[in-house]
Amino acid sequence: MFAIKTEKLTKFYGQARGIVEVDLQVPQGDFFGFIGPNGAGKSTLIRTLLGLIAPTGGKAEILGRDCIADKLDNLRDIGYLPSETALYRGMRVRDILALSAKLRHLDCTEAASDLAARLGLDITRKIEELSFGNRKKVGLVCALQHDPKLYILDEPTSGLDPLAQKEFFAILEERNRAGATVFLSSHVLPEIARHCKHAAVIREGRLLVCDSVSSLAHTGVKRVILRGITAPPVIEQARNMQFNENAAQFLFSGTPTELLHALSALQFSDFSVTDPELDEIFLHYYAKEMP
Amino acid sequence: MTLFWHELRRGRLMLAVFTGAIAFMLGICVLIYPEMTGEMAEISNMFADMGAFSEAFGMDQLNFGEFMGYFGIECGNTLGLGGALFAALLGIGALAKEEKDKTAEFLLTHPISRTRVVTEKLLAVLAQLLAMNVGVVAVTLLAILAVGVEANTATVLLLFLANLLMQIEIAAVTFGISAFLHGNGLGIGLGLAFGLYFLQILSNLIDGTKFLKFITPFSYTDGSYIVAQGKLEVKYLFTGLALALVGVAAALWQYRKKDIAS
Repeated sequence: MFAIKTEKLTKFYGQARGIVEVDLQVPQGDFFGFIGPNGAGKSTLIRTLLGLIAPTGGKAEILGRDCIADKLDNLRDIGYLPSETALYRGMRVRDILALSAKLRHLDCTEAASDLAARLGLDITRKIEELSFGNRKKVGLVCALQHDPKLYILDEPTSGLDPLAQKEFFAILEERNRAGATVFLSSHVLPEIARHCKHAAVIREGRLLVCDSVSSLAHTGVKRVILRGITAPPVIEQARNMQFNENAAQFLFSGTPTELLHALSALQFSDFSVTDPELDEIFLHYYAKEMP
Repeated sequence: MTLFWHELRRGRLMLAVFTGAIAFMLGICVLIYPEMTGEMAEISNMFADMGAFSEAFGMDQLNFGEFMGYFGIECGNTLGLGGALFAALLGIGALAKEEKDKTAEFLLTHPISRTRVVTEKLLAVLAQLLAMNVGVVAVTLLAILAVGVEANTATVLLLFLANLLMQIEIAAVTFGISAFLHGNGLGIGLGLAFGLYFLQILSNLIDGTKFLKFITPFSYTDGSYIVAQGKLEVKYLFTGLALALVGVAAALWQYRKKDIAS
């Protein structure tokens, strides 16, 4: 069974595109990264899965249940963190955490206390006294305290200090090892590379690629650096060309034979060919052309 | 009923402010009556000379020299307008403020149905209206006892009941409007309350606009009619209650299917 499964899921806001025919499958127990540039449709997909907005077409399932008909059952099993954590002003942190638990008909006092201690959150403070990062921590505890089966986290680490980020991922790894599924939407590509087993890239509302992170890392794209060259080379399969002080570097998406053929026509003193960093590959998907 | 109690907690300051303000004004209104009795004959004559102005506020139908006449006009208008503003603010903010403050995402990603959200928020609005009225009635009755004037308690309570029903109607209508909003509806709420009040004045002034009494709930809270007749204008009340039901139905219909703004 899949934790998340969408079939041709589509959402238009009037004429404006949200997501278009997204087919996504996230296995249960996965640690899944969901990436894409601003306005690509990441939040639209998440908000559709959560029932905050109704799809224009297609269907979606959470843990084998329909995202519309079984919304309340789904929400019981989901811990959600929005990208911007908006909380009720005038309340103390502990009251917000208790409200979140009560809305689930649970008493999560102990779990909330443990999580707050791990993340360095003072539960006696008032919401309006909190920094952006500390508000994020409140949202995180709300998403984590009821020990859900599926975590849907939208930009969870923005605003968090490095120590809190480290502890947060440690908690997520623990929950993931215990069987929970983590669906992590993030702009921080090293986060995806470091923690996720699978990842999908969305751009302009359409899913571009969905694969294991290790497969995505081996796309055949190479980073080529040429030294002792006087001008930027013109190579058909080269992308992200950078030229600086007699050195050129670019991503090459052709075959090794094509690369050797292209290099044989150039004058340079030294060269290196390496695998690009994973975040560099992801960035490539953000661009208009595929690698 | 978690959301119901949460709403009451969030609204307690506004409830205290409105209850305190309206109760204070009604209390003062009653307490100064003995001081004014000597001048009442003069005031009544003055209002009698004011023609359309007196008609606009129903002062042509009551004897200002008697406490019930004075109470029906002075206190009726204070309670009417103050209560209407409170009801409008409660109703218009109930659903829209969650989206305005972006807390709707927090609330609606918990396992609580939208029908339940609408129901508990509506009950919280009604509870706050009831609480405000209980406070205001208590202070007013205490003030009446304190000054020792001869008051028809049944008519006084009927005036309060009419105002409570009017507040429920305004709250229900603005509650329905609130479900269609994504942002701040404060202007709409206040505008509606004042607008309905002026429709009542207009319908008292101009014969051809009597039909407006079916639209404005101030028609069945008209102190001059209630004090003079000892009853409510049922035809206007039923229209008002029907509008209230439409408001609640609209809220349920719209909020259950609306896309929540991010």
